[in-house]
Amino acid sequence: MNEGTRPRGWVDRLLALNAWVVYLFFYAPIILLIAFSFNDNDNVGIWTQPSLRWYGEMFQDERVMGALRNSLIVAFFATIVSTVLGTMLAIALERYRFRGRGTLDGIAYLPIIIPDVTMAVMLLIFFFQAFGMLDDALGINLSAGLLTITLAHIAFCISFVAIVVRARLSQLDSSLEEAAADLYANRWQAFRKVTLPLIAPGVAGGALLALTLSLDDVVVTQFVSGAGSTTLPVYVFGLVRRGVTPLINAVSTVMLVASMVLVGISLGFQRGAEARGQRLADPEGLLEEISAD
Amino acid sequence: MEPGGRQTGDLLMAAPPITDPEVTAPVTPELEHAAEKAEARRGFLIALPSFFYLVLLFVIPLGLVFVYSFATRDSTGLTVLEDWNLESYKRLFSAEVLEIFLRSLVLAILTTVICLVVCYPFAFYIATRTPRVRNVLLILVMIPFWSNFLVRTYAWRVLLGSEGPLSQLSVLLGGEPFRLLFTNVAVLIGLVYGFMPFMVLPLYAALERMDWRLVEAARDLYADGWTAFRKVTLPLSMPGVVAGSILVFIPSLGAYVTPALLGGARTVQMGDYIVSQFLAARNWPFGSALSFAVMFVMLLATIFYFRAGAKTL
Amino acid sequence: MRRMARLFASIMVFALLVAACGGDEGGGSDGTTAEGGESPAGATGADCALDQVDGDLNFYNWSEYMDPELVTAFEEQYSVDVVEDFYESNEALLAQMQAGAVYDLIVPSDYMVGIMIDTGLLAPVNTTAVPNIGNLAAQFTELPYDPGPGYSAAYQYGTTGLGVNVSVVGDDFPRSWDLLFDPELTADFPGGVSVLNDPREAMGAALKNLGYSLNDTDLAHLQEASDLISAGMGGIATFDSDQYDEALVAGEVAVSHGYSGNMIVGIGGAENPDDFEYVLPEEGATLWIDNMAVPANAEHPCTAFTFMNYVLDAENGATLTNWNYYGTPNEAAAEFVDQEVIDFYAPTFDAEGLEIIEDTGDYEINFTDYFATAKG
Repeated sequence: MNEGTRPRGWVDRLLALNAWVVYLFFYAPIILLIAFSFNDNDNVGIWTQPSLRWYGEMFQDERVMGALRNSLIVAFFATIVSTVLGTMLAIALERYRFRGRGTLDGIAYLPIIIPDVTMAVMLLIFFFQAFGMLDDALGINLSAGLLTITLAHIAFCISFVAIVVRARLSQLDSSLEEAAADLYANRWQAFRKVTLPLIAPGVAGGALLALTLSLDDVVVTQFVSGAGSTTLPVYVFGLVRRGVTPLINAVSTVMLVASMVLVGISLGFQRGAEARGQRLADPEGLLEEISAD
Repeated sequence: MEPGGRQTGDLLMAAPPITDPEVTAPVTPELEHAAEKAEARRGFLIALPSFFYLVLLFVIPLGLVFVYSFATRDSTGLTVLEDWNLESYKRLFSAEVLEIFLRSLVLAILTTVICLVVCYPFAFYIATRTPRVRNVLLILVMIPFWSNFLVRTYAWRVLLGSEGPLSQLSVLLGGEPFRLLFTNVAVLIGLVYGFMPFMVLPLYAALERMDWRLVEAARDLYADGWTAFRKVTLPLSMPGVVAGSILVFIPSLGAYVTPALLGGARTVQMGDYIVSQFLAARNWPFGSALSFAVMFVMLLATIFYFRAGAKTL
Repeated sequence: MRRMARLFASIMVFALLVAACGGDEGGGSDGTTAEGGESPAGATGADCALDQVDGDLNFYNWSEYMDPELVTAFEEQYSVDVVEDFYESNEALLAQMQAGAVYDLIVPSDYMVGIMIDTGLLAPVNTTAVPNIGNLAAQFTELPYDPGPGYSAAYQYGTTGLGVNVSVVGDDFPRSWDLLFDPELTADFPGGVSVLNDPREAMGAALKNLGYSLNDTDLAHLQEASDLISAGMGGIATFDSDQYDEALVAGEVAVSHGYSGNMIVGIGGAENPDDFEYVLPEEGATLWIDNMAVPANAEHPCTAFTFMNYVLDAENGATLTNWNYYGTPNEAAAEFVDQEVIDFYAPTFDAEGLEIIEDTGDYEINFTDYFATAKG
């Protein structure tokens, strides 16, 4: 395994030093950001004295809370849908051969190479055209809002989820799935008992990535949102015009803490998934499970 | 022989013989063909929802933008779908546009190279720790990026400003207060910072799944650490290098918020230029043409990288 | 390579298909409005009576521009909800409107009102429902971008000028745009200067410095302005349309190009407000006016006009100004406005050479391009 080939002596120490410097680099702005959320001054750059005032203000500020709520709702649905669709896409592209696979492969990369603003503008135009046509044809009256934002987020998240899951799939030994087939498991059983647990870290990674992308998106969201559907990053972006206060730092710190909690929970799930993955070393148990269904 | 194999063999022997004709019929070419077609159909069906979604929300809107790039801008800034022309595309080759493009290209390449140089040893370090430690280290990498991007960038503004810690450190050491803010260095710092996770994760993934016994073998053959790295580890981790490079290069080509906030918007980058066409200049045909030009370059880069290094990300 | 070609081909096919059956996108080229059309009996909201409401208000405004307490009071008085949404540039607003977004009340700036009127995006103001429109001072009615019958009512106004850190620049500085563009001057300023990252404002300031109008469309003059900015790049630390007041007050730059309201608030919040001064250059500067307008496709025009009337009320207008520190066009509100704000804006209309930005049609592209070239 890897540890056996760990570099020795001074090389390892140098690598460790590099790692420390990199972590410092990562966390310097974060520490600053958290520190200034306790600053009593309106100006984000000048430190005066510690205070919890911004946290108090944050929870009372309806617009910030509303924007935060919108962000979370959109991120929740966008992550779930894009993870499911992205995983399916990854499996189809990696494990199957069918007509149009090449084209689909290409299309799946589009969301990654497209500039933000182009995606924003094209979705804006598309949504309003589509809503107009829906209205004329079926009398359904839709308007821009959380729905359009969620649809847009799903669109660019699918590809990222697919990449992460594909990477995981490609390193999987497909003989494990073949073995399951030899043991008379049908496709669905093989998927559920063998493939899914094995790609679970990839799916989880993809879901995390989708969540991050959705929570941080500004440009696309700005263009496709409607009345009352401002999300947090868009709100912050708009606030910049009239003055950034440490209120934003407080909001950011809270989200940071919340995401650490989330990650802690998902780590717990991953441990569970890994434990289930361990059971694959025990074919007797696996056969019992399959025949028990 | 693997310990589990014998048990499987015993189980198979113990199972009753299969007599179902569907299962025991000999495999003919027609059967194989039918099976392949069934496979293909299944694959297609699994891919269908995503395919449909992407076509609806990507391909078609992109097509609209493509159509716009041949349209004309009327005097109020509206896009008129008449008078189809190639003016926007011709303008792509003007000196000013090429200069902006080159500038953004250089910035993107620099960002990618610096990211790679800094992140490779970092990823290597993580990949050579024990599994428990590895996971924690990786999570620690992700956490800073769970904060709001704009707030992080503003924190950098403070850090790099003339009253920031770096400048104050220099004063403490007897030097002058200095300001990194509004320089190209600041932009590079900001971009590298923002994209480092995109470089670290693929590199780590490639290094982690590598078969390290090959490195051991090289050592056994009297190769020193550096040679083992150069001849075994580096080539085997190439897919990660390629993946990471693309994931960093592409967004940095179109980046505009970071260069504006940390570089003082003193030079025009491609991303900013495209936004200004859609907003300030209200010249959507040209903005669309620019977008497609940028996408085209990104596409070329992706193809080139794939040829050079990996079969898939 | 082949599959990329196939991909490209499929995009082309889809695009042509959609273009063929999609019809006009981005608003009609013949000037008709997008979806959500006007009421058959004439203009939107033409039948609204005074104080009539027809549903919740979808209010699209700049951020931090409307006092939340005023909004709450309106909600209680008329028993409706006000849903606020925010944009941060006129162009973003226009892009949304042209794509067919539906709002009841918007707040475009001067030149944008002109563009929206020309493209039929606005409904005429129903003066029966908005009698308080008579409260507006004479110079805020019959504006060049909205000659009668009106489609807008002035909301707040301000100027674009220079925030100067007198303690580092000295007392006898030239009250001119040279403070931004003269490399000999700016070389001595610690930290340099900050210029607005807006083509019209930045090029406008340069044009004024050269003695031209900021709406000049003579390409030779635009080239001169571009060269002026280029020559001054050594002293220009940053182009910034958002943090100009913070940068000034924090000492990051010595002179800052920015909008009046933010400047007052920023300077007022500094530790030593007396170190700073807001200057309107003698060559002239931008006078800008933001206006309330009801889009032609508004779904609740009556509520919109009622809100407009509410904002134009004397006391409410004063509350608004006292909250955001921008100039009030409301003559009747003057007696309730804080003296500090009145003093600040008093010299505005006597200042020479103030101009309102106008849309220059096709030349907007030139402003953007010359600005980009100037930055080099």
